[in-house]
Amino acid sequence: MDWLNAVVQGTLLGGLYALFAAGLSLIFGVMRLVNIAHGDLIVLAAYLGLTVTTATGMHPLLALVLVVPVMAAIGYALQRGLLNQTLGDDLLPPLLVTFGLSVIIQNALLEGYTADPQKLSAGALETASFGLGGLTLGVLPALTFAIAVVVIWGLQRVFYHTPLGRAFRAVSDNQDIAQLMGLNRRHIFGLAMALALAVTAVAGILLGIRTSFDPSIGGGRLIFGFEAVIIGGLGNLWGTLAGGVILGVAQTVGAKIDPGWQILSGHIAFLIILAVRPNGLFPRISA
Amino acid sequence: MPDALLNMTGLDAHYGDFQALYGVDMHIDAGEVLAIIGANGAGKTTLMRAITGLLKSGPGQISHSGVDIGGLRADEIAMRGIAMVPEGRQLFPSLSVKENLMIGAQVGRNGPWSLDAVYDLFPILEERRDQQSTSLSGGQQQMVAIGRALMANPDLILFDEISLGLAPVIIKDIYKALPGIIGQGMSAIIVEQDITKALSVSSRVYCLQEGRVSLEGGSDTVSREDISRAYFGIE
Amino acid sequence: MTTPTYSVTRSSQAARVGAALGGLVLILLIAAPWWAGRADMRLMGELFLYLALASLWNLMAGYAGLVSVGQQAYVGFGGYMLFALTMFGGLHPVAAIALAGVLGALISIPVAVLIFRLRGAYFAIGTWVIAEVFRLGFAQISTLGGGSGSSLPVAIVRSLASKRALRESLSYWLALGAAVLVITAVYFFLRSRKGLALTAIRDNETAASSLGIDIWRTKFIVYVVTSAFTAMIGALIFLQKLRISPDAAFSVNDWTAFVIFIVVIGGIGTIEGPIIGTLVFFLLRETLADLGTTYLIVLGVVAIVVMLKAPKGLWGLIRSRFDIQIFPLGYRVIKRNPS
Repeated sequence: MDWLNAVVQGTLLGGLYALFAAGLSLIFGVMRLVNIAHGDLIVLAAYLGLTVTTATGMHPLLALVLVVPVMAAIGYALQRGLLNQTLGDDLLPPLLVTFGLSVIIQNALLEGYTADPQKLSAGALETASFGLGGLTLGVLPALTFAIAVVVIWGLQRVFYHTPLGRAFRAVSDNQDIAQLMGLNRRHIFGLAMALALAVTAVAGILLGIRTSFDPSIGGGRLIFGFEAVIIGGLGNLWGTLAGGVILGVAQTVGAKIDPGWQILSGHIAFLIILAVRPNGLFPRISA
Repeated sequence: MPDALLNMTGLDAHYGDFQALYGVDMHIDAGEVLAIIGANGAGKTTLMRAITGLLKSGPGQISHSGVDIGGLRADEIAMRGIAMVPEGRQLFPSLSVKENLMIGAQVGRNGPWSLDAVYDLFPILEERRDQQSTSLSGGQQQMVAIGRALMANPDLILFDEISLGLAPVIIKDIYKALPGIIGQGMSAIIVEQDITKALSVSSRVYCLQEGRVSLEGGSDTVSREDISRAYFGIE
Repeated sequence: MTTPTYSVTRSSQAARVGAALGGLVLILLIAAPWWAGRADMRLMGELFLYLALASLWNLMAGYAGLVSVGQQAYVGFGGYMLFALTMFGGLHPVAAIALAGVLGALISIPVAVLIFRLRGAYFAIGTWVIAEVFRLGFAQISTLGGGSGSSLPVAIVRSLASKRALRESLSYWLALGAAVLVITAVYFFLRSRKGLALTAIRDNETAASSLGIDIWRTKFIVYVVTSAFTAMIGALIFLQKLRISPDAAFSVNDWTAFVIFIVVIGGIGTIEGPIIGTLVFFLLRETLADLGTTYLIVLGVVAIVVMLKAPKGLWGLIRSRFDIQIFPLGYRVIKRNPS
């Protein structure tokens, strides 16, 4: 039962990792950009949530109403103002610019909020639990997983059933020809980053409710998201959810064996999958 | 020529350090069908890219309905009503047939062309509307590419090498459909390697040679000799 | 009628002047223990180690197209090997440094086989995962102090040299030697056939492979050699620090972020770039260090601006103005008028 419990908890944790990963997966799909600062943006969202909740006394989940649009606006501005200038055939500029961005965000957060660990207080939600077939599940992890499923379903919907998604796919396929259809790719990329950071906002708030955070943890979140993307297979959002779940289960099962092995066993699971299935479990596009 | 739909004056185009067009002067009137011929590398595709804005041209070098469009972005030019059927069709592989057509209407211009009108013109596309565009035959893909451009309801449509890589019988079909397409008051520029085909549907012709206009004339008045001289540069 | 003859040469006035000046500076630097204070020597030692790390990262990213953000894996690995080999293997520190390089090369082979499956930016994050695995792995080894780390026993420090002044000089010379060794090795490697292949790959991967260059193999060799050197530098770094912990050893900021900024600011894909970048980095650090985190923000902004506005870095700006190359890699055609 203990093991089953670990697997179930890991699955739920995987929902959070899928949320870390979804934004990464989205922007890679649309513009082949890998954003090294992605993890730091998740942490930024958590801090924005902290500011909103302490200033207004709002519940952190309610704070999403503010944090999501703010992060989306940041995403659009970031893409149009900075990241669009890095896109092209050369791999280095986007990589190094987002790396620089990562350092800037991290240190700006240090400056603004200090290095002290913080947490978003969600009251009773944090400890609430319910029984299910002999297991006790936390309401928060279950809610996180449900939100992840809804977010990925929503992204999938946007991607395949709306004019915006059609524009995303067209620009991703062929930027020049998409321009001939009257699509301004810079604007489309801006919208894609806005959507990605809106998802990041959700991830950041849920992260902040679940665990304490400080400005330095962005890199680790980027890695979890990245691992989920690669395990699931590039360009497949449902695969990303599966990747997040596999990573989460590997971590909780590892922690069950030895608490010090939690993160390490997640990485090892990732490396094993990379060794046996280099394109991930459900690939759609090649990197 | 103030009443020209599209006017190019001293158009230069560059790929990096390489100059592909040298001071091209050209115009097309409303409702006219223009043919542009020339050997490989003469600058035909470059000219198309410059007109559509995929290749930057200088201010004042191209005007559309009297408005300077030199230096505008490709999407801004598309919005003004210039559409292209690109060489090699270049459909969006991750969009279905219907979506490929729908995205053509993205510019939001009004006119006779709609999804239904395109399906009337190419009934096979309605049958295949939910398939991935890459699963179609070459001829059908060309129909999608033409339909996609029409969906924009442009006042000027550019056909870049539409017969390239297609079976002769399909080329015949497509050229048979052309008058029905262009006959609705739309202007067209047809770029072709197949000179006979190009002359048969156009009223005027330009020949490009090494980035310069080497011949201009009525499609039914230019002589074979003139063309071969302008085409190959043989005196 | 006299026709000018042309000859092809690698050498240039700038290169000859540069070599002469470089030799002079090198002699001066070797003599530092006789003219520089302790603090200055420490700083210069650190500078040389950063210079070596930057030159190595530049070889990978600027020439082989392997953009890694996980070089801290080998810095930390080398540091830990120094501690393990001296504490449990009883090796002399200098021997341990050399052996750390060999072990770094060995461990990088399976790592390369694995992460070379990732392309481009995903390769970059993959290297970071590896570094995290190393960090978490070493944190599990309790004999090396686990998560809190350990200090180098005094006896081992003494075995380097019994007098502190001599020890510090030795440590300085080792750092200087490492920088000179790395730059020389990179220079001669890039002039070799393999180096030319590398430049060809950087310029056009498809064309290079159609010319029969085995891209995977060439990149693999660069990765392994770079890892070996990086591990040795890591061992040297922690010989200076005398204390190691997983967080310090595998710090992405210290051993990768700063190194990347150095290379980008100085000029990626040139040998001169990392040298200039290192000097600028230390200049900035020494003048802005009081600003704390603001200094890092400034550094990040400078790196982004350089990447976008002058992608060839400071050295690229200098070179575009004066057309000089101190480390002659390219060939130039010289016109000689017969007289």
